[in-house]
Amino acid sequence: VKWIVSLLVLLLGRGRRKAPAVPEPAPDRTAETLVIWLLLLVMLCSIAFAAFYVHDGNTQLLGLAIGFAFLCAAGASVLAASRLVPQEEHVETRPVLDDQAKADEAIATYSQGSARLSRKRLLLTAATGAGGALAGALVFPALSLGPNAVDVLSVSPWRDGRRVVDEAGRPILAADVAVGSFRTAFPEHASKELLSSPVVIVRIPERELALSDDRRDWAPGGILAFSKICPHAGCAISLFRYPSFEDTEPSPALVCPCHYSTFSVADGGSRTFGPAARPLPQLPLRLDEGGQLVAGGDFSGRVGPSWWKVRQGT
Amino acid sequence: MIKRSVRFLESRVGSSSLVKKTLDYIFPDHWSFLLGEIALYCFVVLVATGIYLTFFFEPSYARVVYDGAYAPLRGRTMTEAYRSTLDLSYRWRAGLLIRQTHHWAANVFIAAIVMHLFRVFLTGAFRKPRDINAWVGTTMLALAVVEGYAGYSLPDDLLSGMGLAIGYSVALSIPVAGAWIGTGIWGGEFPGSDTFVDRLFIVHVLIIPVVIAALISLHLAIIVRQKHSQFRGPGRTERNVVGLRLWPAYAFRSIGLMLAVTGVLFLLGGLIQINPIWQWGPFEPYLATNGAQPDWYLGWLLGALRLMPGWELHVGSYTPIPNAFFGGLLFPLVAFALLYLWPSLERRLTGDEARHDLLDVPSDAPRRTAAIFAFATFLGIVFLAGSADRIAVQVHISYVLQIWILRVAALVLPVAVYYVVRAVCVELREESRITPVEGRLLEPGSQSEPGS
Repeated sequence: VKWIVSLLVLLLGRGRRKAPAVPEPAPDRTAETLVIWLLLLVMLCSIAFAAFYVHDGNTQLLGLAIGFAFLCAAGASVLAASRLVPQEEHVETRPVLDDQAKADEAIATYSQGSARLSRKRLLLTAATGAGGALAGALVFPALSLGPNAVDVLSVSPWRDGRRVVDEAGRPILAADVAVGSFRTAFPEHASKELLSSPVVIVRIPERELALSDDRRDWAPGGILAFSKICPHAGCAISLFRYPSFEDTEPSPALVCPCHYSTFSVADGGSRTFGPAARPLPQLPLRLDEGGQLVAGGDFSGRVGPSWWKVRQGT
Repeated sequence: MIKRSVRFLESRVGSSSLVKKTLDYIFPDHWSFLLGEIALYCFVVLVATGIYLTFFFEPSYARVVYDGAYAPLRGRTMTEAYRSTLDLSYRWRAGLLIRQTHHWAANVFIAAIVMHLFRVFLTGAFRKPRDINAWVGTTMLALAVVEGYAGYSLPDDLLSGMGLAIGYSVALSIPVAGAWIGTGIWGGEFPGSDTFVDRLFIVHVLIIPVVIAALISLHLAIIVRQKHSQFRGPGRTERNVVGLRLWPAYAFRSIGLMLAVTGVLFLLGGLIQINPIWQWGPFEPYLATNGAQPDWYLGWLLGALRLMPGWELHVGSYTPIPNAFFGGLLFPLVAFALLYLWPSLERRLTGDEARHDLLDVPSDAPRRTAAIFAFATFLGIVFLAGSADRIAVQVHISYVLQIWILRVAALVLPVAVYYVVRAVCVELREESRITPVEGRLLEPGSQSEPGS
């Protein structure tokens, strides 16, 4: 820390060593020649840029050519500044900024505006009220910006009996879901863009399930479904931690890659780490006659990031 | 030609005294004064390259099947926004150069603003009468961060979609009204419709750039009115300004800097790949990639969202404060509020109401410098949490352990840094009093020590 501070002091102090101006020396012909060469290089690089563009538009060569064209021009300009033009240091007095007498004059002129008023405070109150009302009225068009949040944020396409399908719309056979596997699924015939559509399907050995009594039949054969949208900040939960050595690794969990909220799979999505403050909504699953996955109802909680009424009506 | 135009303008608008005044304007010379200029020239490059990009980019979420030059994505359904950004990268000659230069310029722009801000704060340049300009600058920093976020959210690739999902969640987390604000901005539930990308586009290419341009003008006008601050030195007092005149010495230096900034940005844009959107693929709400990192200037917000424990305020069946509010909104609001309040706070703490045109070196004001380092340490640790997942992959320190270390460090380290930096500054100041550094004047009256 001391070293950094010393460095800062040294750097910041450097500018103060400039010697006062000396009389201008004779023309610096070397510097003039250098500036001319640099300007010639600018032309050359510019022509090269045009040539690279016409030839095949290679991004690296274009960048090199135009970058060096500008850098040579910069060199010419800085060289001209330091060697070709007079370097005289000048001194100037600062303007007076705090002339309170002038402020008094301005205030006096302003005050003339209310010289004839008898009910100044009442007029001011009325004007403030009018301004406020007008501003308030003009806020209303802003309400058209979006729909009523309660209406759009409460929609879920999941119902009892709704078939669970993969990204291509094919039903998912329970027998095809391997233990330790992770896949994304959607409600059949619903928009995939809806935040409450996508679910993750994972499978753990049935004996490891630790669901509460009211969810006992939500995970046929150890297959569980959860909302794919993290209840913290709306990212897609795309990591499934499935331990290959149960003794040393923590239990199966779903993890959001944005802020690493971690949700336990076995007990139905409780948070075990990270900033999420609500559990991951679980979707009840059951199997139809053909052994395909279907929803057993809607999610255990509202999908998506938290808001004022996120824990209502579910 | 220039002589003729001076006469032409003089005979019509009587502008010659203004021209003379401009040419005579004095710039005190110091490398650290160039940081703001670098930011200014980045803005110029951003506007120029940005205009070019608007001629090709389609702000639309309409779906098309890609059939362009990039073979791995052929046949994929994607939005026009993503398709047109791919075309900018693969179809139009020099398109990738301009796109990457634009992206690099944004990163350098904000880096230069942040460095400039550190210079201003460490040297006490925010004191009266420049507090007003510090507020203008801080506002530009906030706008630049929002502008950068809006910019890389436009292409609708996987990364920009993930960033928008988080932005939407942070909007929803605003106490009570958040859901209506969020669905208002997006025109419905995330990911929104064409309406949303149109809004995002106009905010990025018109509204914020115009406001920034106006604030730059104000920033410069205030500087010209007050004249530049300067470091202490021979012949320099609170009442004068010593340096090179704009014409000719300073103008060529500054033009040189502008050309150099442009040259470096083009070299970066041409040679160093940035935001390869074709690698991430198009965004869908149900897709995410692991190890995604946003542009650097959003790292502190990502880190804050990650460091926050899983707390959320529940009252009955209502959720007045969702978790994302703490890291995504409260944290940056507090940080920026501190920046805005800093000039007034220091004035109150030191009782120093005087006008200051001479700058401090950091050791002149140990408490101020220590506080700035402590603040930067806190932000730096939060920033680090934004890359903890990459560190976990590369250095094999468990992510969970890192988060716990950083949570503790964010609370403890700033305090330690404060005391260390203050002690170092006090020592440096004492040393320089006993053996003055070269060029450092100790004449009575030239020393002012706020915050000591």
